[in-house]
Amino acid sequence: MSQIQVKGLYKTFKVAKRSAGLKEAAKSLFHRKYEIVEALKDVTFSIDAGEIVGYIGPNGAGKSTTIKIMSGILVPDRGECRIMGRIPWKDRVSHVREIGVVFGQRTQLWWDVPVIDSYELLRDIYRISHKDYSKNLDLLVNTLELQDIINTPVRQLSLGQRMRCELAASLLHSPKILFLDEPTIGLDAASKIAVRQFIKTINRERNITVILTTHDMNDIEALTDRILLIGRGQILYDGNLEDLKSRFSDNKIITANFRGYDSIIDNQTIHSLGATVVSCSRGRLTLKVDTRICRVADIIARLSGVVDLADISVESPPIDELILKLYKEYAI
Amino acid sequence: MKTYFSVFRLRLINNLQYRAAALAGVATQFFWGMMHIMIYEAFYANAVSTPPMSLKQVVTYVWLQQAFLVFIALWVRDEEIFNLITSGNIAYELCRPCNIYGFWYAKLIAQRLSGAMLRCFPILILAFFFPEPYRMTLPPSAMSFFLFIISLLLGLMVVVSISMLIYISVFITMSPVGSMLIISTAGEFFSGMIIPIPLMPLWLQKVAYFLPFRLAADMPFRVYTGHIPPAQALTGMLIQLIWLGILVLTGNAFMKRIMKRIVVQGG
Repeated sequence: MSQIQVKGLYKTFKVAKRSAGLKEAAKSLFHRKYEIVEALKDVTFSIDAGEIVGYIGPNGAGKSTTIKIMSGILVPDRGECRIMGRIPWKDRVSHVREIGVVFGQRTQLWWDVPVIDSYELLRDIYRISHKDYSKNLDLLVNTLELQDIINTPVRQLSLGQRMRCELAASLLHSPKILFLDEPTIGLDAASKIAVRQFIKTINRERNITVILTTHDMNDIEALTDRILLIGRGQILYDGNLEDLKSRFSDNKIITANFRGYDSIIDNQTIHSLGATVVSCSRGRLTLKVDTRICRVADIIARLSGVVDLADISVESPPIDELILKLYKEYAI
Repeated sequence: MKTYFSVFRLRLINNLQYRAAALAGVATQFFWGMMHIMIYEAFYANAVSTPPMSLKQVVTYVWLQQAFLVFIALWVRDEEIFNLITSGNIAYELCRPCNIYGFWYAKLIAQRLSGAMLRCFPILILAFFFPEPYRMTLPPSAMSFFLFIISLLLGLMVVVSISMLIYISVFITMSPVGSMLIISTAGEFFSGMIIPIPLMPLWLQKVAYFLPFRLAADMPFRVYTGHIPPAQALTGMLIQLIWLGILVLTGNAFMKRIMKRIVVQGG
């Protein structure tokens, strides 16, 4: 049986509505209008132990709602959710013992005291034995490089440092499942990479299931084998990233640097290559290849016949474009 | 239990940092204390009948009031908990394997205790060296002092369980202003913070004795001054325990019901 099973989940929210203006405001004192927003409509999926799953979708699609239901914070209107055999919102206390949660836009650390004080509080809240605690703490401090910041009050940490501390905080009690809600939001490149590497490491070494929501497609590409796409409250795609890529991206980008061809390549030569030009300058050429028409290898072969290649790279188009296409196809 | 103690400890560490606030508080409370005593002195000098409390007792009552203000005042509020609720950071709190009511209760007790620890000693010590009639007096017996400490702590727990109801109401109203204003104004008056209860008209005394607010301030202070003798103090403590039971059970029940319908909004 899968570790996480979600079946036919529904959740609606009631949102108070009124138009602008004093008259409307006065009216709403006596009679309020509500609009029902369907955050989740029949969401079904299952996740096995040790998977890393990227949960993507535009803003307001229902990602966070699903995460909150799975972590026992929200009660759905209808549907089933079993995580390690437990129903999160019914068995909240024993359920949350087994999970770790990071909400990228919130903080679980005490603002005015050093990070280590927050950790010690978590140790007592989760009743972690001193032996396990020091073992986990050592490991986390080393892999996340927290040595220099652990005794600093949280308010003095940068966002990247804080996020590393948050990650450690959510793993002190050795959870089996980790929910990450936008863990890389607002981080610089170096911190993003550090966070990603860390997630990969703990997934591999401790076999922790990771469910990750993000808007940064590089996170998805670096971390996940499987993605769940949600839009307007429904699961639209469930599968691996490579399949998605081959389905939506028929293009490859070839960038070539070359020597011994001082002038800019003339149009006729380019035409004979069988690809469209993205950019062309002295010693450098970027081409877009439609893989349905011709193979990348053929293009490279032809190109090397014309110029003295110094360096060549083949890339898929940015994954953001891919996701955009996907959103468009499903009209979300 | 260890969890709650740990929350309590961290909160204490956290709040002991705010020394400047405590210093300012001490200064204000001296001022208030002096002002109160001056007013009572004037009243007592012109009293036609013998008041039910001696001036000495009132002076001590006032100083205790000022020293333990943070301990017992209902208007002392914990912004952090309000922010947790209104900002949605409570999401994290809900991901912890413990009872939210107990968790917050421990936080609130720690907040008041740390506040009082920083403030009460300078006020009390200096008040013993003031010239008459401003000087504070010792309790009549060691027994009275012992009972005072216990009833003060029980009173603290009663106040925190009343304030928990205010915090819980924020889940529904999203703003602490209304419930805070109503409960804390009524509470301050009926706890004897403005006029000691024995000096109130009889009909008002009846109302005050019926409500739980006096259990936190009026009762322990009068136990200290000996105005309530030890035997009566024990009955008072029993009433404190009964109220504590009622308030905690109601608070817990409300909290459970609200947790079922809570909606944490936003990413």
